[in-house]
Amino acid sequence: MINFQYARADSVADAVRQIAAAPTAKFIAGGTNLIDLMKEGVERPARLIDITHLPLKDVTETAGGGLKIGALVPNSDLAYHPAVEKRYPLLASAILAGASQQLRNMASTGGNLLQRTRCVYFYDVATPCNKREPGAGCSAIDGVNRQHAILGHSAACIATHPSDMCVALAMLEAKVHVTGPSGERVIAFADFHRLPGDTPQRDTNLEPDEIIMAVELPAQGFAANYTYLKLRDRLSYAFALVSVAVGMELAGGVIRDARFALGGVAHKPWRDPQAEAVLQRQRPEEETFRRAADTLLRNARGFKHNAFKIELARRALVRALAQAARGTPQSQADKKIA
Amino acid sequence: MTRIGTPASRVDGRAKVTGAAKYAAEFEAENLAYGAVVSSRVAKGRVVGIDLRDALGVEGVIDVLTHENRPRMARSKKAYEDDIAPGGAPFRPLYDDKILYNAQPVALVLAEDWETARYAASLVRVDYEQEAHVTELESQRDEAFDAKNSPKPRGNAEKAFAAADVQHEAEYWLPIEHHNPMEMHAATVIYEGKGKLTIYDKTQGVQNSQAYVASVFRLKQDDVRVISQFVGGAFGSGLRPQYHLPLAVLGALALKRSVRLVLTRQQMFTFGYRPGTIQRVALGAKSGGTLDAIMHDALAMTSQYEDFTEHVTNWSGALYKCANARYGHKLARLDLATPIDMRAPGGATGVYALECAMDELAVALKLDPLELRLRCYSDRDQNEGIPFSSKKLRECYRQGADAFGWDKRNGAPRSMRDGSELVGWGMATGIWEAMQQKASARIVLTANGHAEVACAFTDIGPGTYTMMAQVAADRLGLPLENVTVKLGDSTLPQAPVEGGSWTAASAGNAIALACEGVRTQLVRFARKVANSPLADAKPDDAALVDGRIVSKQDSSCSVSIPDAMRAANKERIEQEATAESNDDGKHARYTHSAIFAEVKIDEELRIVRVTRIVNAVAAGRIINPKTARSQILGGVVFGLGMALHEETQVDHRLGRIVNHNLAEYHVPANADVHDIEVIFVDEPDEIINPLGVKGVGEIGVVGTAAAIANAIWHATGIRVRDLPVTVDKILG
Ligand SMILES: Cc1cc2nc3c(=O)[nH]c(=O)nc-3n(C[C@H](O)[C@H](O)[C@H](O)COP(=O)(O)OP(=O)(O)OC[C@H]3O[C@@H](n4cnc5c(N)ncnc54)[C@H](O)[C@@H]3O)c2cc1C
Ligand code: SF4
Repeated sequence: MINFQYARADSVADAVRQIAAAPTAKFIAGGTNLIDLMKEGVERPARLIDITHLPLKDVTETAGGGLKIGALVPNSDLAYHPAVEKRYPLLASAILAGASQQLRNMASTGGNLLQRTRCVYFYDVATPCNKREPGAGCSAIDGVNRQHAILGHSAACIATHPSDMCVALAMLEAKVHVTGPSGERVIAFADFHRLPGDTPQRDTNLEPDEIIMAVELPAQGFAANYTYLKLRDRLSYAFALVSVAVGMELAGGVIRDARFALGGVAHKPWRDPQAEAVLQRQRPEEETFRRAADTLLRNARGFKHNAFKIELARRALVRALAQAARGTPQSQADKKIA
Repeated sequence: MTRIGTPASRVDGRAKVTGAAKYAAEFEAENLAYGAVVSSRVAKGRVVGIDLRDALGVEGVIDVLTHENRPRMARSKKAYEDDIAPGGAPFRPLYDDKILYNAQPVALVLAEDWETARYAASLVRVDYEQEAHVTELESQRDEAFDAKNSPKPRGNAEKAFAAADVQHEAEYWLPIEHHNPMEMHAATVIYEGKGKLTIYDKTQGVQNSQAYVASVFRLKQDDVRVISQFVGGAFGSGLRPQYHLPLAVLGALALKRSVRLVLTRQQMFTFGYRPGTIQRVALGAKSGGTLDAIMHDALAMTSQYEDFTEHVTNWSGALYKCANARYGHKLARLDLATPIDMRAPGGATGVYALECAMDELAVALKLDPLELRLRCYSDRDQNEGIPFSSKKLRECYRQGADAFGWDKRNGAPRSMRDGSELVGWGMATGIWEAMQQKASARIVLTANGHAEVACAFTDIGPGTYTMMAQVAADRLGLPLENVTVKLGDSTLPQAPVEGGSWTAASAGNAIALACEGVRTQLVRFARKVANSPLADAKPDDAALVDGRIVSKQDSSCSVSIPDAMRAANKERIEQEATAESNDDGKHARYTHSAIFAEVKIDEELRIVRVTRIVNAVAAGRIINPKTARSQILGGVVFGLGMALHEETQVDHRLGRIVNHNLAEYHVPANADVHDIEVIFVDEPDEIINPLGVKGVGEIGVVGTAAAIANAIWHATGIRVRDLPVTVDKILG
């Protein structure tokens, strides 16, 4: 590991001041991703700014009937928070589908948003990777790419965003509150993560000198009809091949509103308004779900090892929509698919 | 309870869970230096330049060793051959500028602490002259050469196959797999001065490591002491001295200081592995369900410098009755490290292909797969034409099938379901050699009724400590608590590496023999007791029971051990004995098993759950049913990983393993493991060795992957012939 300086931030303003003063510094929260990357020489911060003492650990009610989740709320606390369990069971479910209990105890809300891709080449500094070293080339396009994207990829990078929690947040249309040298701003979740384009080194639209303060959930939690369905290469403790978060509102046997987001298929949690529109005011029937899936995947393109994800995503979406419509969400404890 | 055959908890369990048990990288020494290995970034070629300036400039770096500046090592390739080296010329780390595989060691950084060493290792800049490499097995089909290790053919398999009523022929693929023990390979070398070294090594064989170090560094064997009292799993990866050992010694010799070297998880993928194989199995049968022809050909990978060869194809002929059989085994040279034995080497591989092929043959014959096995049952090892020392496989089939409920199976694929899930039931046979190696054991019995049993075997996790204590306690008639065990130290009585499922038979019989010697002496002493009730006893007239020497004719005639020893004026009895296999070639020696697996697979999404496994094992006498059961459970989980998860991914353009970490290299997680029932079938064996012990370390793996793959076919109707069976292969 490379020697680095360590400093503790004692207020948000202090954290912002410190990071603005040291462009090669990084915040550290749970450290479950950053430390791994430092050990591999992928991240090489000259300074770590420990933000774990900042007062960003509360979950509070918002005026609009939603919840505001501090950036340092641990993933496990959030998953078991009574208000989340009751009003946003989808979010709880998505968090519990990820990593392991030990990791979730350490992982923070903000850190989860900023975790980096698990592309094997990104992790191995002996191999070329545009995300790690812009211009070096992408080893995955013609290499081992089972885990990689089928949507929204570019010639520069076909990596996926690995988070489960973020798939739920994308579906819920959360907002990200951030603070930087020029003050606070709010970023809509859909605008938070980026597609790789020709700048795959940038995962998000957060500026390097900004800190995540909180994630805000709108009032609508889809607590009656939702699901988080995660398909992976083993039944636990593996990143998604494909995952689907669905929220649905039904009235009189008809879908009044439906949203879905997919994980494991793109550089960011994948939303597609056109595909969601297929469901509006339709009966929750398999035929309709199939049409939505076809629309979603109309531009999907796979690579040597991951082309199967297109069909898997199709089936996963159809099933997840059925689970949500039936009101039988996927359990994360019982691995049998509902 | 301490007797052989009764369940006993691990005698070292407390030490392990409290952290009192120390592993190779946990030993402290004064003035300890730390090593970190720099790994090659190319697969083949030469090192043409190494720039050490940045690394040496880091505060705390003591030195960086490369092939150019290292201390002397033996030149002859022979000097690097360890006890179980395959043919060829072993890899010599930091010996010269040659790159033989990607991520091989090219430099060793030595620093005052581990973090500094690791950081400086990232600053060592190596220039390579690259040569074209090849790492893909399939591309080398035509280049492969005959490994010359196959059993003799019998009859005319080609002709019999051509004439058979029913034929099945297919190829079965197995990827490279890595052992991935929890504990990383590591050595702490204590520099004692005067040419002496004490080495705490992660190894499966302390005397193997000792001989290797003495040979490579021209040291006196007695000046090198290797200790490995606890091993955090190895599964074969520690059978040969891996490069961490010579490099740690190099460091210590260069610095004249004690050195600790621990490999990283990524570097755990830079030496041996289960070789990838492509097997072709052709089975010809009569319509009644008996075999006419077996042809089993394996293509396996090895390195450019050694000919690693497993026994892959011979199992077919040892297992089933068939007059015509032919085997082939070819090796392809790839620019990868030499493979190494991995739990049930060859057996796990070959039986996977054979047992899937048998399943396919059963389908072609419209026979129940278990029924086919019974019709092909053989009471003789057909390869050698000799009977088995014991073979209760029929009983395994019967008890396993009963426990599983096999008779309720509907043979048609996709015929059984549970709600939205397809249910599949599959089975397979397992077979593994029952070997015994020459080993010595020493017993020291003190007058207070306490015994110490010592043998240089390591305990890589199966419960060797407990097994050794149990055999000694049983034979000496002492409670288990009165027996202490010393193992994993090269100064102890001779033992081979722990592997091949031979430890219980090898150490167990040596201990039993040493105990006989102790008993003989005790009977002699007992006769000296005043008015001894055993005054006329001959050595074989008395047994040791509950701390006493007891007449076999009349159990009321006995003398306590302390009394006997006092009478002889002895404080202690020391007895060493050596046991070796009595194999005279007249009997075939194998363990057998029958595995039944249930899978449930979501019909649309094709996610597989292995909901139930029954494994019925016939392995001679089971010394400790508790630890033996754990071995089978672990073996079954290993097989489950083989079936569904494990695969080392190589980027053939780079010639580099890319999923070299435990996030991307999958082994089963808790959620993947459901009910596993282990049955030990009673199998007395008077021939195999005095204890009647066969060993259970590997049999649990063999056949398990096939049973699961067969169950997946039964559930889905899709036959996957390349492991692991991942969702993409069964989406349909
Ligand atoms: C073996 C393994 C398996 C895993 N499996 C899964 C899985 O299945 N699904 C899943 O979703 N996740 C999985 N994870 C990832 C895990 O969820 C993330 O590592 C975790 O959420 C990161 O949170 P952290 O607080 O530890 O982040 P850190 O490692 O502390 O930080 C990550 C990044 O975020 C930055 N950062 C942190 N907080 C802030 C802030 N408030 N403002 C600005 N920047 C900040 C840091 O500078 C750093 O760049 C897995 C991780 C591991 C190691
Ligand atoms: S997919 Fe992206 S992260 Fe992976 S190698 Fe290519 S550029 Fe790097």
